[in-house]
Amino acid sequence: MHATLTVAVKEYRDGLRNRWVLAATLLLAFFAVGLTYFGAAASGTVGVTSLATTIVSLASLAIFIIPLIALMLAYNTLVGEEEQGTLLLLLTYPLTRGQLLLGKFIGHAGILSTATVIGFGVAALLVAFETGDWGDVLLWQAYGFFILSSILLGCVFLALAQLISALSRESSFAAGVALVVWFWFVLIFDLLLLGLLVMSEGREGGWLSYLLLLNPTDIFRLANLAGFEAARTYTGLVHIAVGPWFQPGALLAVLLAWVLVPLLLAQWRFRSRTL
Amino acid sequence: MTPSLAFDQVVKIFGATRALDNLSFELQAGEVIGLLGHNGAGKTTCMKLALGLNRPTSGSVRVMGSDPAGRHSDALRQQLGFLPENVSFYQQLTGREALRYFARLKQASLNQVDQLLDEVGLMHAANRRIKTYSKGMRQRVGLAQARLGRPRLLLLDEPTAGLDPQATREFYSMLDGLRAEGVSILISSHVLPGIERHIDRAIILGQGRLLAQGSIESLRAEASLPMTIRARGDVAQLQDRELLERLGYSLCRVNAQHVEIQGLASNKIDAIRYLVNAPGIEDIELVQPSLEHLYAYFTHAVIQQEVD
Repeated sequence: MHATLTVAVKEYRDGLRNRWVLAATLLLAFFAVGLTYFGAAASGTVGVTSLATTIVSLASLAIFIIPLIALMLAYNTLVGEEEQGTLLLLLTYPLTRGQLLLGKFIGHAGILSTATVIGFGVAALLVAFETGDWGDVLLWQAYGFFILSSILLGCVFLALAQLISALSRESSFAAGVALVVWFWFVLIFDLLLLGLLVMSEGREGGWLSYLLLLNPTDIFRLANLAGFEAARTYTGLVHIAVGPWFQPGALLAVLLAWVLVPLLLAQWRFRSRTL
Repeated sequence: MTPSLAFDQVVKIFGATRALDNLSFELQAGEVIGLLGHNGAGKTTCMKLALGLNRPTSGSVRVMGSDPAGRHSDALRQQLGFLPENVSFYQQLTGREALRYFARLKQASLNQVDQLLDEVGLMHAANRRIKTYSKGMRQRVGLAQARLGRPRLLLLDEPTAGLDPQATREFYSMLDGLRAEGVSILISSHVLPGIERHIDRAIILGQGRLLAQGSIESLRAEASLPMTIRARGDVAQLQDRELLERLGYSLCRVNAQHVEIQGLASNKIDAIRYLVNAPGIEDIELVQPSLEHLYAYFTHAVIQQEVD
Protein backbone atom coordinates (compact mmCIF):
# COMPACT_ATOMS: atom_id res chain seq x y z
CA MET A 1 0.00 0.00 0.00
CA HIS A 2 2.86 2.31 0.88
CA ALA A 3 4.45 1.85 -2.53
CA THR A 4 1.17 2.38 -4.37
CA LEU A 5 0.60 5.61 -2.50
CA THR A 6 4.13 6.83 -3.17
CA VAL A 7 3.62 6.31 -6.90
CA ALA A 8 0.18 7.97 -6.77
CA VAL A 9 1.52 11.02 -4.94
CA LYS A 10 4.38 11.41 -7.41
CA GLU A 11 2.01 11.10 -10.34
CA TYR A 12 -0.31 13.72 -8.87
CA ARG A 13 2.54 16.12 -8.16
CA ASP A 14 3.83 15.61 -11.69
CA GLY A 15 0.36 16.63 -12.84
CA LEU A 16 0.51 19.79 -10.75
CA ARG A 17 4.03 20.56 -11.90
CA ASN A 18 3.56 20.12 -15.62
CA ARG A 19 0.34 22.16 -15.38
CA TRP A 20 -1.88 19.24 -16.35
CA VAL A 21 -4.16 19.91 -13.41
CA LEU A 22 -4.26 23.61 -14.18
CA ALA A 23 -4.89 23.16 -17.89
CA ALA A 24 -7.62 20.56 -17.42
CA THR A 25 -9.33 22.62 -14.70
CA LEU A 26 -9.28 25.80 -16.78
CA LEU A 27 -10.51 23.97 -19.85
CA LEU A 28 -13.43 22.40 -18.00
CA ALA A 29 -14.27 25.64 -16.18
CA PHE A 30 -14.09 27.64 -19.40
CA PHE A 31 -16.46 25.34 -21.25
CA ALA A 32 -18.70 24.88 -18.26
CA VAL A 33 -19.12 28.59 -17.70
CA GLY A 34 -19.57 29.14 -21.42
CA LEU A 35 -22.25 26.49 -21.66
CA THR A 36 -23.96 27.80 -18.58
CA TYR A 37 -24.48 31.09 -20.38
CA PHE A 38 -25.25 29.74 -23.81
CA GLY A 39 -26.62 26.33 -23.00
CA ALA A 40 -30.17 27.55 -23.38
CA ALA A 41 -29.49 29.27 -26.70
CA ALA A 42 -31.30 26.48 -28.49
CA SER A 43 -34.50 27.46 -26.75
CA GLY A 44 -34.02 31.07 -27.81
CA THR A 45 -32.56 32.62 -24.70
CA VAL A 46 -29.02 33.55 -23.79
CA GLY A 47 -27.87 33.83 -20.22
CA VAL A 48 -27.76 31.81 -17.08
CA THR A 49 -30.87 29.69 -16.88
CA SER A 50 -31.05 26.91 -14.37
CA LEU A 51 -28.91 24.25 -12.91
CA ALA A 52 -31.00 21.57 -14.61
CA THR A 53 -30.35 22.99 -18.08
CA THR A 54 -26.72 23.42 -17.14
CA ILE A 55 -26.36 19.78 -16.22
CA VAL A 56 -27.91 18.67 -19.49
CA SER A 57 -25.58 20.78 -21.60
CA LEU A 58 -22.56 20.01 -19.44
CA ALA A 59 -23.18 16.30 -19.79
CA SER A 60 -22.91 16.58 -23.57
CA LEU A 61 -19.69 18.51 -23.16
CA ALA A 62 -18.26 16.07 -20.64
CA ILE A 63 -18.77 13.18 -23.05
CA PHE A 64 -16.41 14.79 -25.52
CA ILE A 65 -13.82 16.34 -23.35
CA ILE A 66 -13.35 14.14 -20.30
CA PRO A 67 -12.45 10.98 -22.24
CA LEU A 68 -9.96 13.01 -24.24
CA ILE A 69 -8.30 14.45 -21.15
CA ALA A 70 -8.17 11.03 -19.49
CA LEU A 71 -6.67 9.30 -22.52
CA MET A 72 -4.03 11.99 -22.99
CA LEU A 73 -3.19 11.89 -19.30
CA ALA A 74 -2.58 8.16 -19.11
CA TYR A 75 -1.67 6.68 -22.49
CA ASN A 76 2.01 7.15 -21.66
CA THR A 77 1.79 5.45 -18.25
CA LEU A 78 4.03 2.52 -19.10
CA VAL A 79 5.57 3.21 -22.48
CA GLY A 80 6.76 6.60 -21.26
CA GLU A 81 8.55 5.11 -18.27
CA GLU A 82 9.93 2.37 -20.46
CA GLU A 83 11.34 4.83 -22.96
CA GLN A 84 13.16 6.83 -20.33
CA GLY A 85 14.56 3.67 -18.76
CA THR A 86 12.86 4.12 -15.41
CA LEU A 87 10.40 1.25 -15.80
CA LEU A 88 13.16 -1.34 -15.57
CA LEU A 89 14.58 0.48 -12.58
CA LEU A 90 11.25 0.78 -10.76
CA LEU A 91 10.66 -2.94 -11.15
CA THR A 92 13.89 -3.65 -9.28
CA TYR A 93 12.48 -1.75 -6.33
CA PRO A 94 10.35 -3.38 -3.65
CA LEU A 95 7.27 -2.61 -5.74
CA THR A 96 5.09 -5.04 -7.68
CA ARG A 97 3.90 -4.35 -11.19
CA GLY A 98 0.35 -4.25 -9.90
CA GLN A 99 1.22 -1.62 -7.32
CA LEU A 100 2.92 0.50 -9.94
CA LEU A 101 -0.11 0.47 -12.23
CA LEU A 102 -2.56 1.03 -9.42
CA GLY A 103 -0.49 3.91 -8.05
CA LYS A 104 -0.42 5.57 -11.44
CA PHE A 105 -4.15 5.09 -11.84
CA ILE A 106 -4.88 6.63 -8.45
CA GLY A 107 -2.60 9.59 -9.20
CA HIS A 108 -4.23 10.22 -12.56
CA ALA A 109 -7.69 9.83 -11.07
CA GLY A 110 -6.70 12.43 -8.49
CA ILE A 111 -5.67 14.86 -11.21
CA LEU A 112 -8.89 14.30 -13.10
CA SER A 113 -11.05 14.59 -9.99
CA THR A 114 -9.45 17.87 -9.03
CA ALA A 115 -10.06 19.30 -12.47
CA THR A 116 -13.64 18.03 -12.63
CA VAL A 117 -14.70 19.14 -9.16
CA ILE A 118 -13.21 22.61 -9.53
CA GLY A 119 -13.99 23.10 -13.21
CA PHE A 120 -17.62 22.01 -13.02
CA GLY A 121 -18.08 23.25 -9.48
CA VAL A 122 -17.33 26.78 -10.62
CA ALA A 123 -20.16 26.58 -13.13
CA ALA A 124 -22.64 25.43 -10.51
CA LEU A 125 -21.67 28.22 -8.15
CA LEU A 126 -21.98 30.69 -10.99
CA VAL A 127 -25.51 29.59 -11.75
CA ALA A 128 -26.45 29.80 -8.12
CA PHE A 129 -25.02 33.29 -7.74
CA GLU A 130 -26.45 34.68 -10.93
CA THR A 131 -29.95 33.38 -10.44
CA GLY A 132 -29.89 33.93 -6.70
CA ASP A 133 -31.64 30.62 -6.63
CA TRP A 134 -29.69 28.20 -4.54
CA GLY A 135 -32.08 25.59 -5.67
CA ASP A 136 -33.30 22.61 -3.80
CA VAL A 137 -31.44 19.73 -2.35
CA LEU A 138 -32.51 17.44 -5.15
CA LEU A 139 -30.95 19.62 -7.78
CA TRP A 140 -27.68 19.79 -5.91
CA GLN A 141 -27.81 16.06 -5.51
CA ALA A 142 -28.23 15.78 -9.24
CA TYR A 143 -25.23 18.03 -9.75
CA GLY A 144 -23.21 16.00 -7.27
CA PHE A 145 -24.22 12.90 -9.16
CA PHE A 146 -23.17 14.56 -12.38
CA ILE A 147 -19.70 15.39 -11.03
CA LEU A 148 -19.30 11.93 -9.54
CA SER A 149 -20.31 10.22 -12.76
CA SER A 150 -18.03 12.55 -14.74
CA ILE A 151 -15.12 11.41 -12.58
CA LEU A 152 -16.17 7.83 -13.11
CA LEU A 153 -16.36 8.41 -16.86
CA GLY A 154 -12.83 9.83 -16.69
CA CYS A 155 -11.67 6.79 -14.73
CA VAL A 156 -13.06 4.49 -17.44
CA PHE A 157 -10.86 6.19 -20.00
CA LEU A 158 -7.88 6.32 -17.64
CA ALA A 159 -8.23 2.56 -17.28
CA LEU A 160 -8.54 2.13 -21.04
CA ALA A 161 -5.46 4.32 -21.53
CA GLN A 162 -3.56 2.18 -19.07
CA LEU A 163 -4.55 -0.91 -21.00
CA ILE A 164 -3.41 0.75 -24.23
CA SER A 165 -0.11 1.60 -22.58
CA ALA A 166 0.33 -1.96 -21.37
CA LEU A 167 -0.28 -3.26 -24.89
CA SER A 168 2.03 -0.80 -26.66
CA ARG A 169 5.76 -0.82 -27.19
CA GLU A 170 6.10 2.76 -28.31
CA SER A 171 4.46 5.90 -27.04
CA SER A 172 3.60 7.12 -30.55
CA PHE A 173 1.67 3.89 -31.13
CA ALA A 174 -0.10 4.26 -27.79
CA ALA A 175 -1.07 7.83 -28.67
CA GLY A 176 -2.54 6.69 -31.98
CA VAL A 177 -4.55 3.90 -30.40
CA ALA A 178 -5.80 6.29 -27.72
CA LEU A 179 -7.11 8.61 -30.40
CA VAL A 180 -8.85 5.77 -32.21
CA VAL A 181 -10.48 4.68 -28.96
CA TRP A 182 -11.72 8.20 -28.42
CA PHE A 183 -13.22 8.41 -31.90
CA TRP A 184 -14.82 5.02 -31.52
CA PHE A 185 -16.60 5.66 -28.26
CA VAL A 186 -17.42 9.34 -28.70
CA LEU A 187 -18.34 9.53 -32.37
CA ILE A 188 -18.48 6.30 -34.33
CA PHE A 189 -20.28 4.02 -31.89
CA ASP A 190 -23.38 6.19 -31.68
CA LEU A 191 -23.50 6.63 -35.42
CA LEU A 192 -23.43 2.88 -35.92
CA LEU A 193 -26.12 2.42 -33.34
CA LEU A 194 -28.24 5.06 -34.99
CA GLY A 195 -27.76 3.30 -38.30
CA LEU A 196 -28.89 0.01 -36.79
CA LEU A 197 -31.90 1.66 -35.28
CA VAL A 198 -32.95 3.18 -38.60
CA MET A 199 -32.36 -0.06 -40.47
CA SER A 200 -34.46 -2.06 -38.01
CA GLU A 201 -37.23 0.53 -38.45
CA GLY A 202 -37.96 0.32 -34.75
CA ARG A 203 -38.72 -3.39 -34.88
CA GLU A 204 -35.58 -4.52 -33.07
CA GLY A 205 -37.47 -5.53 -29.97
CA GLY A 206 -35.47 -3.66 -27.35
CA TRP A 207 -32.14 -5.43 -27.52
CA LEU A 208 -30.59 -2.46 -29.26
CA SER A 209 -30.86 -0.33 -26.15
CA TYR A 210 -28.67 -2.79 -24.29
CA LEU A 211 -25.93 -2.12 -26.81
CA LEU A 212 -25.73 1.31 -25.23
CA LEU A 213 -24.16 -0.37 -22.21
CA LEU A 214 -21.20 -1.25 -24.41
CA ASN A 215 -20.26 2.40 -24.59
CA PRO A 216 -19.25 4.13 -21.35
CA THR A 217 -20.08 7.55 -22.76
CA ASP A 218 -23.65 6.41 -23.47
CA ILE A 219 -23.92 4.99 -19.97
CA PHE A 220 -22.83 8.33 -18.62
CA ARG A 221 -25.33 10.16 -20.80
CA LEU A 222 -28.15 7.85 -19.76
CA ALA A 223 -27.31 8.14 -16.09
CA ASN A 224 -27.32 11.91 -16.16
CA LEU A 225 -30.08 12.72 -18.56
CA ALA A 226 -32.63 10.14 -17.53
CA GLY A 227 -33.77 12.12 -14.54
CA PHE A 228 -34.39 15.44 -16.26
CA GLU A 229 -37.48 16.64 -17.97
CA ALA A 230 -35.41 19.14 -19.93
CA ALA A 231 -33.34 16.30 -21.26
CA ARG A 232 -36.26 14.62 -22.98
CA THR A 233 -36.19 17.19 -25.72
CA TYR A 234 -32.52 16.62 -26.47
CA THR A 235 -32.36 12.93 -26.16
CA GLY A 236 -32.04 10.86 -29.23
CA LEU A 237 -30.67 7.45 -28.51
CA VAL A 238 -31.24 7.84 -24.84
CA HIS A 239 -34.96 7.77 -25.45
CA ILE A 240 -35.00 4.12 -26.38
CA ALA A 241 -33.43 2.99 -23.14
CA VAL A 242 -35.99 2.05 -20.55
CA GLY A 243 -35.97 -0.71 -18.01
CA PRO A 244 -34.29 -1.77 -14.78
CA TRP A 245 -30.77 -1.54 -16.23
CA PHE A 246 -31.25 2.09 -17.00
CA GLN A 247 -31.71 3.38 -13.47
CA PRO A 248 -28.93 5.78 -12.38
CA GLY A 249 -27.64 3.45 -9.65
CA ALA A 250 -27.38 0.46 -11.96
CA LEU A 251 -25.78 2.58 -14.66
CA LEU A 252 -23.17 3.81 -12.21
CA ALA A 253 -22.41 0.20 -11.35
CA VAL A 254 -21.98 -0.65 -15.03
CA LEU A 255 -19.67 2.34 -15.37
CA LEU A 256 -17.67 1.03 -12.44
CA ALA A 257 -17.34 -2.31 -14.21
CA TRP A 258 -16.04 -0.36 -17.19
CA VAL A 259 -13.29 0.95 -14.91
CA LEU A 260 -12.40 -2.37 -13.32
CA VAL A 261 -12.29 -4.59 -16.38
CA PRO A 262 -9.68 -2.60 -18.38
CA LEU A 263 -7.67 -2.06 -15.19
CA LEU A 264 -7.54 -5.78 -14.53
CA LEU A 265 -6.72 -6.49 -18.16
CA ALA A 266 -3.90 -3.94 -18.02
CA GLN A 267 -2.54 -5.59 -14.88
CA TRP A 268 -2.70 -8.99 -16.52
CA ARG A 269 -0.98 -7.79 -19.71
CA PHE A 270 1.69 -5.94 -17.80
CA ARG A 271 2.45 -8.94 -15.60
CA SER A 272 3.15 -11.14 -18.58
CA ARG A 273 5.26 -8.51 -20.31
CA THR A 274 8.96 -9.22 -20.56
CA LEU A 275 11.30 -6.32 -20.20
CA MET B 1 30.22 -17.27 3.88
CA THR B 2 27.32 -16.99 1.40
CA PRO B 3 28.38 -15.33 -1.82
CA SER B 4 26.63 -12.05 -2.61
CA LEU B 5 25.66 -13.40 -5.99
CA ALA B 6 25.94 -16.90 -7.38
CA PHE B 7 25.12 -18.20 -10.86
CA ASP B 8 25.07 -21.95 -11.14
CA GLN B 9 24.87 -23.47 -14.63
CA VAL B 10 22.46 -20.80 -15.72
CA VAL B 11 20.81 -21.13 -19.11
CA LYS B 12 18.46 -18.45 -20.40
CA ILE B 13 16.68 -18.93 -23.69
CA PHE B 14 14.64 -16.21 -25.40
CA GLY B 15 12.76 -17.72 -28.31
CA ALA B 16 15.44 -19.23 -30.50
CA THR B 17 18.46 -17.50 -28.95
CA ARG B 18 20.48 -18.81 -26.08
CA ALA B 19 21.14 -15.57 -24.26
CA LEU B 20 23.08 -17.36 -21.55
CA ASP B 21 24.61 -20.76 -21.97
CA ASN B 22 25.62 -22.67 -18.87
CA LEU B 23 27.05 -19.72 -17.00
CA SER B 24 28.49 -20.23 -13.53
CA PHE B 25 30.27 -17.70 -11.36
CA GLU B 26 30.25 -16.32 -7.85
CA LEU B 27 30.60 -12.81 -6.54
CA GLN B 28 32.02 -12.96 -3.04
CA ALA B 29 31.22 -10.37 -0.40
CA GLY B 30 33.36 -7.29 -0.89
CA GLU B 31 34.49 -8.31 -4.34
CA VAL B 32 34.31 -6.23 -7.50
CA ILE B 33 33.74 -8.15 -10.70
CA GLY B 34 33.81 -6.77 -14.20
CA LEU B 35 31.40 -8.48 -16.54
CA LEU B 36 32.89 -7.91 -19.95
CA GLY B 37 31.62 -8.63 -23.40
CA HIS B 38 30.33 -7.22 -26.65
CA ASN B 39 26.85 -5.85 -26.89
CA GLY B 40 24.61 -8.87 -26.92
CA ALA B 41 27.05 -11.10 -25.10
CA GLY B 42 24.56 -11.62 -22.29
CA LYS B 43 25.60 -8.98 -19.76
CA THR B 44 22.21 -7.32 -19.38
CA THR B 45 20.53 -10.73 -19.26
CA CYS B 46 22.79 -11.56 -16.32
CA MET B 47 21.76 -8.37 -14.58
CA LYS B 48 18.06 -9.02 -15.12
CA LEU B 49 18.37 -12.54 -13.76
CA ALA B 50 20.24 -11.29 -10.71
CA LEU B 51 17.52 -8.71 -10.17
CA GLY B 52 14.77 -11.27 -10.40
CA LEU B 53 13.20 -9.56 -13.43
CA ASN B 54 13.59 -12.78 -15.37
CA ARG B 55 13.89 -16.36 -14.31
CA PRO B 56 16.55 -18.65 -15.71
CA THR B 57 15.41 -21.34 -18.14
CA SER B 58 17.51 -23.76 -16.14
CA GLY B 59 20.15 -23.52 -13.46
CA SER B 60 19.92 -21.31 -10.42
CA VAL B 61 20.59 -17.71 -9.51
CA ARG B 62 21.08 -16.82 -5.85
CA VAL B 63 21.38 -13.36 -4.35
CA MET B 64 22.73 -13.55 -0.81
CA GLY B 65 21.57 -17.11 -0.73
CA SER B 66 17.96 -16.55 -1.86
CA ASP B 67 16.04 -16.63 -5.10
CA PRO B 68 15.77 -13.02 -6.44
CA ALA B 69 12.48 -13.89 -8.17
CA GLY B 70 11.13 -15.75 -5.14
CA ARG B 71 8.56 -14.86 -2.56
CA HIS B 72 10.83 -12.80 -0.35
CA SER B 73 12.23 -10.78 -3.21
CA ASP B 74 10.98 -7.48 -1.75
CA ALA B 75 13.23 -7.77 1.29
CA LEU B 76 16.06 -8.83 -0.98
CA ARG B 77 15.53 -5.88 -3.28
CA GLN B 78 16.04 -3.45 -0.44
CA GLN B 79 19.51 -4.89 -0.04
CA LEU B 80 20.66 -4.41 -3.58
CA GLY B 81 21.17 -1.40 -5.77
CA PHE B 82 20.88 -1.31 -9.53
CA LEU B 83 21.92 1.21 -12.13
CA PRO B 84 20.35 0.35 -15.50
CA GLU B 85 21.86 1.08 -18.85
CA ASN B 86 20.59 4.23 -20.58
CA VAL B 87 18.42 5.63 -17.87
CA SER B 88 17.49 9.27 -18.23
CA PHE B 89 15.37 9.48 -15.06
CA TYR B 90 12.56 11.97 -14.62
CA GLN B 91 13.56 14.99 -16.65
CA GLN B 92 11.07 17.26 -14.92
CA LEU B 93 12.21 16.47 -11.40
CA THR B 94 15.24 17.92 -9.66
CA GLY B 95 17.99 15.55 -8.60
CA ARG B 96 16.82 15.78 -5.03
CA GLU B 97 13.17 15.16 -5.85
CA ALA B 98 13.98 12.13 -7.96
CA LEU B 99 16.08 10.65 -5.18
CA ARG B 100 13.40 11.34 -2.60
CA TYR B 101 10.91 9.45 -4.75
CA PHE B 102 13.23 6.49 -5.06
CA ALA B 103 14.03 6.62 -1.34
CA ARG B 104 10.34 6.44 -0.47
CA LEU B 105 9.85 3.48 -2.78
CA LYS B 106 12.82 1.70 -1.29
CA GLN B 107 11.73 2.69 2.20
CA ALA B 108 15.12 4.19 2.86
CA SER B 109 15.52 7.12 5.23
CA LEU B 110 15.04 10.45 3.46
CA ASN B 111 18.12 11.73 5.28
CA GLN B 112 20.16 9.54 2.99
CA VAL B 113 19.14 11.62 0.00
CA ASP B 114 21.28 14.61 0.90
CA GLN B 115 24.10 12.43 2.19
CA LEU B 116 24.23 10.57 -1.10
CA LEU B 117 23.93 13.72 -3.19
CA ASP B 118 26.93 14.96 -1.27
CA GLU B 119 28.84 11.70 -1.70
CA VAL B 120 28.43 11.71 -5.46
CA GLY B 121 29.23 15.41 -5.67
CA LEU B 122 25.85 16.63 -6.85
CA MET B 123 24.94 18.85 -3.92
CA HIS B 124 25.45 21.98 -5.99
CA ALA B 125 22.93 20.77 -8.59
CA ALA B 126 20.44 19.17 -6.20
CA ASN B 127 17.72 21.70 -6.95
CA ARG B 128 18.19 21.76 -10.69
CA ARG B 129 16.02 19.71 -13.00
CA ILE B 130 17.61 16.51 -14.26
CA LYS B 131 16.84 17.75 -17.76
CA THR B 132 19.76 20.17 -17.38
CA TYR B 133 22.23 17.53 -16.16
CA SER B 134 25.13 16.20 -18.20
CA LYS B 135 25.42 12.48 -18.89
CA GLY B 136 28.04 12.19 -16.17
CA MET B 137 25.79 13.90 -13.65
CA ARG B 138 22.93 11.57 -14.56
CA GLN B 139 25.13 8.57 -13.90
CA ARG B 140 25.90 10.09 -10.50
CA VAL B 141 22.18 10.37 -9.79
CA GLY B 142 22.00 6.74 -10.87
CA LEU B 143 24.76 5.71 -8.49
CA ALA B 144 23.21 7.68 -5.64
CA GLN B 145 19.89 6.00 -6.41
CA ALA B 146 21.50 2.57 -6.35
CA ARG B 147 23.09 3.39 -2.99
CA LEU B 148 19.80 4.24 -1.29
CA GLY B 149 19.33 1.97 1.68
CA ARG B 150 23.09 1.35 1.71
CA PRO B 151 22.90 -2.02 -0.04
CA ARG B 152 25.81 -4.43 0.20
CA LEU B 153 25.44 -5.47 -3.43
CA LEU B 154 25.48 -3.16 -6.44
CA LEU B 155 24.70 -4.15 -10.01
CA LEU B 156 25.87 -1.55 -12.48
CA ASP B 157 24.95 -2.07 -16.12
CA GLU B 158 27.30 -0.21 -18.47
CA PRO B 159 27.75 2.69 -16.07
CA THR B 160 30.48 4.36 -18.09
CA ALA B 161 29.02 3.98 -21.58
CA GLY B 162 28.85 7.40 -23.16
CA LEU B 163 30.85 9.11 -20.43
CA ASP B 164 33.88 11.19 -21.31
CA PRO B 165 37.25 10.02 -19.89
CA GLN B 166 37.14 12.52 -17.06
CA ALA B 167 33.64 11.49 -15.98
CA THR B 168 34.64 7.83 -16.33
CA ARG B 169 37.62 8.34 -14.03
CA GLU B 170 35.46 10.12 -11.49
CA PHE B 171 32.90 7.37 -11.63
CA TYR B 172 35.51 4.70 -11.04
CA SER B 173 37.03 6.62 -8.17
CA MET B 174 33.61 6.64 -6.51
CA LEU B 175 33.46 2.89 -7.02
CA ASP B 176 36.87 2.55 -5.36
CA GLY B 177 35.41 4.28 -2.32
CA LEU B 178 32.57 1.76 -2.20
CA ARG B 179 34.97 -1.10 -2.71
CA ALA B 180 36.95 0.12 0.28
CA GLU B 181 33.72 0.00 2.31
CA GLY B 182 33.33 -3.64 1.40
CA VAL B 183 30.39 -3.34 -1.00
CA SER B 184 30.16 -6.16 -3.55
CA ILE B 185 29.88 -4.82 -7.07
CA LEU B 186 29.06 -6.44 -10.38
CA ILE B 187 29.85 -3.98 -13.14
CA SER B 188 29.20 -4.74 -16.77
CA SER B 189 31.06 -2.96 -19.50
CA HIS B 190 32.10 -3.06 -23.08
CA VAL B 191 34.29 -0.02 -22.51
CA LEU B 192 37.50 -1.63 -21.34
CA PRO B 193 40.10 1.12 -20.96
CA GLY B 194 40.35 2.21 -17.38
CA ILE B 195 38.36 -0.55 -15.77
CA GLU B 196 41.14 -3.02 -14.96
CA ARG B 197 42.55 -1.25 -11.94
CA HIS B 198 39.11 -1.06 -10.36
CA ILE B 199 38.06 -4.68 -10.48
CA ASP B 200 39.24 -7.75 -8.60
CA ARG B 201 38.22 -10.20 -11.26
CA ALA B 202 36.97 -10.13 -14.81
CA ILE B 203 34.38 -12.38 -16.36
CA ILE B 204 34.54 -12.42 -20.12
CA LEU B 205 31.31 -13.36 -21.89
CA GLY B 206 30.80 -14.08 -25.54
CA GLN B 207 27.50 -15.18 -27.06
CA GLY B 208 26.17 -16.04 -23.64
CA ARG B 209 29.07 -18.26 -22.72
CA LEU B 210 31.78 -17.80 -20.16
CA LEU B 211 35.01 -17.38 -22.13
CA ALA B 212 37.32 -16.77 -19.22
CA GLN B 213 37.26 -15.59 -15.65
CA GLY B 214 39.86 -14.61 -13.12
CA SER B 215 42.04 -11.78 -11.93
CA ILE B 216 43.84 -9.79 -14.58
CA GLU B 217 47.10 -11.53 -13.57
CA SER B 218 45.67 -15.01 -13.90
CA LEU B 219 44.04 -14.12 -17.21
CA ARG B 220 47.40 -12.86 -18.41
CA ALA B 221 49.04 -16.09 -17.36
CA GLU B 222 46.31 -18.13 -19.03
CA ALA B 223 46.51 -16.19 -22.27
CA SER B 224 50.32 -16.04 -22.11
CA LEU B 225 50.31 -13.12 -24.42
CA PRO B 226 53.75 -11.83 -25.33
CA MET B 227 55.28 -9.29 -23.04
CA THR B 228 56.71 -6.10 -24.48
CA ILE B 229 59.70 -4.40 -22.93
CA ARG B 230 60.81 -1.00 -24.16
CA ALA B 231 64.31 0.19 -23.54
CA ARG B 232 65.88 3.55 -24.14
CA GLY B 233 69.55 4.30 -24.56
CA ASP B 234 72.41 3.61 -26.87
CA VAL B 235 70.82 0.60 -28.51
CA ALA B 236 73.72 -0.01 -30.88
CA GLN B 237 75.79 -1.36 -27.98
CA LEU B 238 73.46 -4.32 -27.31
CA GLN B 239 75.52 -7.51 -27.39
CA ASP B 240 74.81 -11.23 -27.32
CA ARG B 241 71.43 -11.18 -28.99
CA GLU B 242 71.33 -14.96 -29.18
CA LEU B 243 70.69 -15.00 -25.44
CA LEU B 244 67.52 -12.98 -26.02
CA GLU B 245 66.38 -15.39 -28.67
CA ARG B 246 67.00 -18.31 -26.37
CA LEU B 247 64.75 -16.59 -23.81
CA GLY B 248 62.09 -16.47 -26.46
CA TYR B 249 62.33 -12.77 -27.12
CA SER B 250 62.59 -11.15 -30.47
CA LEU B 251 64.08 -7.78 -31.01
CA CYS B 252 62.47 -5.06 -33.00
CA ARG B 253 64.48 -1.92 -33.11
CA VAL B 254 62.39 1.18 -33.21
CA ASN B 255 65.20 3.68 -33.81
CA ALA B 256 68.69 4.47 -32.64
CA GLN B 257 67.57 5.42 -29.14
CA HIS B 258 64.66 3.02 -28.56
CA VAL B 259 64.29 -0.71 -28.79
CA GLU B 260 61.38 -3.02 -28.11
CA ILE B 261 61.68 -6.68 -27.32
CA GLN B 262 58.70 -9.01 -27.30
CA GLY B 263 58.50 -12.45 -25.84
CA LEU B 264 57.26 -14.85 -23.20
CA ALA B 265 55.99 -13.23 -20.03
CA SER B 266 57.41 -16.16 -18.05
CA ASN B 267 60.95 -15.16 -18.95
CA LYS B 268 60.55 -11.48 -18.39
CA ILE B 269 62.90 -11.34 -15.39
CA ASP B 270 65.74 -12.81 -17.43
CA ALA B 271 64.99 -10.46 -20.28
CA ILE B 272 64.99 -7.49 -17.94
CA ARG B 273 68.26 -8.69 -16.38
CA TYR B 274 69.78 -8.84 -19.83
CA LEU B 275 68.73 -5.28 -20.57
CA VAL B 276 69.81 -3.99 -17.16
CA ASN B 277 73.26 -5.48 -17.62
CA ALA B 278 73.59 -4.22 -21.16
CA PRO B 279 75.79 -1.11 -21.41
CA GLY B 280 74.21 2.08 -22.64
CA ILE B 281 70.63 1.29 -21.59
CA GLU B 282 69.20 4.21 -19.59
CA ASP B 283 65.56 3.30 -19.03
CA ILE B 284 63.30 0.24 -19.13
CA GLU B 285 59.54 0.19 -19.45
CA LEU B 286 57.33 -2.89 -19.17
CA VAL B 287 54.21 -3.00 -21.29
CA GLN B 288 51.81 -5.59 -19.90
CA PRO B 289 49.11 -6.97 -22.14
CA SER B 290 46.11 -4.81 -21.27
CA LEU B 291 42.63 -5.99 -20.56
CA GLU B 292 41.76 -5.06 -24.11
CA HIS B 293 44.43 -7.40 -25.42
CA LEU B 294 43.21 -10.17 -23.13
CA TYR B 295 39.64 -9.56 -24.12
CA ALA B 296 40.52 -9.67 -27.80
CA TYR B 297 42.53 -12.82 -27.18
CA PHE B 298 39.75 -14.67 -25.34
CA THR B 299 36.94 -13.65 -27.64
CA HIS B 300 39.06 -14.44 -30.67
CA ALA B 301 40.26 -17.76 -29.28
CA VAL B 302 36.71 -18.99 -28.88
CA ILE B 303 35.63 -17.89 -32.31
CA GLN B 304 38.71 -19.67 -33.66
CA GLN B 305 37.70 -22.88 -31.90
CA GLU B 306 34.29 -22.68 -33.48
CA VAL B 307 35.77 -22.26 -36.92
CA ASP B 308 37.91 -25.33 -36.30
